[in-house]
Amino acid sequence: MTIKNQIKKSFLVSLWFMFLTFPILVIQVNTVENVIKWRWLNMIGVGIGSFFLSILWRYMLEKRPEKGKQTKKYQLFFLNNILHEKKIFFPVIILLSLFVLCFPYIFSMYQTNIMISALIYVMMGLGLNIVIGLAGLLDLGYVAFFAVGAYSYALLNYHYGLIFWIALPLGGILALIFGVILGYPVLRLRGDYLAIVTLGFGEIIRLVLENWNDFSFGPSGISNIPKPCFLGIDLSLQGTTKYLFYIIVGMVALTIFVTNRLQNSRIGRAWIALKDDEIACQAMGINKGKTKLRAFGLGAMWAGMGGVIFAAKTTFINPASFTIWESVIILCTVVLGGMGSITGVVLGALLLILLPEYLRAFSEFRMIIFGAVLVLMMVFRPGGIIKNVRRIYKFDPILEKNSVKNEVNS
Amino acid sequence: MKSILKVKNLTMNFGGLRALHNLNISINKKEIAALIGPNGAGKTTFFNCITGIYKPSNGDILISPKGNNEKINGLKPNIITKKGLARTFQNIRLFTSMTALENIMVGCHCVTKAGVIGAILNNKSTKAEERLIIEKSYFILKELGLEIYVNELVTSLPYGAQKRLEIARALATEPFLLLLDEPAAGLNPQETNELDELILKIREQNDISILLIEHDMKLVMSLSDNIHVVDYGKKIGEGTPKEIRNNPAVIKAYLGEEVV
Repeated sequence: MTIKNQIKKSFLVSLWFMFLTFPILVIQVNTVENVIKWRWLNMIGVGIGSFFLSILWRYMLEKRPEKGKQTKKYQLFFLNNILHEKKIFFPVIILLSLFVLCFPYIFSMYQTNIMISALIYVMMGLGLNIVIGLAGLLDLGYVAFFAVGAYSYALLNYHYGLIFWIALPLGGILALIFGVILGYPVLRLRGDYLAIVTLGFGEIIRLVLENWNDFSFGPSGISNIPKPCFLGIDLSLQGTTKYLFYIIVGMVALTIFVTNRLQNSRIGRAWIALKDDEIACQAMGINKGKTKLRAFGLGAMWAGMGGVIFAAKTTFINPASFTIWESVIILCTVVLGGMGSITGVVLGALLLILLPEYLRAFSEFRMIIFGAVLVLMMVFRPGGIIKNVRRIYKFDPILEKNSVKNEVNS
Repeated sequence: MKSILKVKNLTMNFGGLRALHNLNISINKKEIAALIGPNGAGKTTFFNCITGIYKPSNGDILISPKGNNEKINGLKPNIITKKGLARTFQNIRLFTSMTALENIMVGCHCVTKAGVIGAILNNKSTKAEERLIIEKSYFILKELGLEIYVNELVTSLPYGAQKRLEIARALATEPFLLLLDEPAAGLNPQETNELDELILKIREQNDISILLIEHDMKLVMSLSDNIHVVDYGKKIGEGTPKEIRNNPAVIKAYLGEEVV
């Protein structure tokens, strides 16, 4: 489309907006004095504003990269570039880990606490990334596994005095079992139907926790959950916060490590094949049921461990922390960050959890901004902030037959 | 000649519709067989029954890659693939978010066995297996002349290359019988000629049998050792290309009254 045409269309859009907003923004009827006040200035404002917004919209649409292509354009996106160049990659990682290690000493306890919550979400986002981003199973009840983890630590500690370090793997395993239990009946489902069933599952877990007083202490929840202790020594409040921070950093690192290994493995490829085409995937000799259960189980495990850490951090849990809303936020982190892309999900989770914390001044508009951002993302970057880039295999052209080099990225 | 696939009295009903009616087909070792018939004759249904996507209503499907008859009807598609029957699809069904090489690597799934633990630890055997998968996949890619697309996303490949990639992916499962569903559909004459040579080459190099559904008669006649003709789910003819060309029932099914 030519520029002239664009301007013409934008002009029409602005006219249309002026017409639409005319009754509300221009005419003001004063019913007391029975006079009409004409606010023409508003109309001009709306006109100019919508004209420029429309031009901007059109410009962005033109620039939008083509769908479905692993283009060089994407690789030019600087974050991706950084991650592909080993020379840049390692210093960045070292600097980043140094920063993370010093974080609780540089910033206040308040900041550290916020960071801990954000990192719990990062962990869960990475777990859900296995289920949604890799295996393509839309799971809206993911928070149920988070609840399973949190409650397993709280209850096991309450009844049997189990310490954090035993509860951590146990919570993960319990969540994994629950993941498989959920996965089993929904093996035949896909897409929307799967989403509805998982949504129901999430709500069932929450309702059971809320109403089964003898088991879970109902809505009043469980309090006095001990924080993790360091080699049997009870630390001060500040000390435990720092300690928890390092624990969650370690867990996030482990999650990244494992999901990265998984996504470029035989299992990971089977997941992606399952997402792309179920029938073709089976025709390749992949066991559909087993692959789905693996994804559900391994995804749920991280949520379970995240739950244990969450319970240890807040020292108090009740069913109100595990509503459908949490599932939606975790889902948003995955979609916003970029399905299947680890860096994307980490970034998405950090943005989505940290920004509302630091922008408390705009808390009233949070939902509006949230919605608008998601819609804009879907239009302009449907792949997420950082799109998943497939691994590139390099073959030596001369000795082609026997020398295979792997170039690792993302 | 030993037969490696025997289909006996295969019947498939969809509710009241009988898509396949007492079909008997047998395929020999290293044979290129063709399944032809007018549109809606039940050719693809036949494929779907054999590969386990549909469960046949009646009849037996027996495979004997090593001389032992084994019944495979009713088994799941992934198990049938594991037993050595690989197929391509009429409308391309590649894994669109993966590169060409990775598509073939997925095909290697059923002949490898690294699990979750192996993937996480990335131990010696997993590494070796992964390396093997990569090398094998690249070898197949080269065999089919697709090596220039190694790291391309499959959606950006030309149509002909996508068709060939589907064959490559099926080959990666190490089949003894390759089922091709309209491999030449949508290809131009030159590409069809190349496909002709390619199929012969695949048979020679991999020592496998091939069963293909095709509408391009020139390709079918030049390629196949044996042709099976179906119409309305019934077999109406079988024989060498020459016999089929002169079979009145086949001519009638294909050309109708014009011949008379």
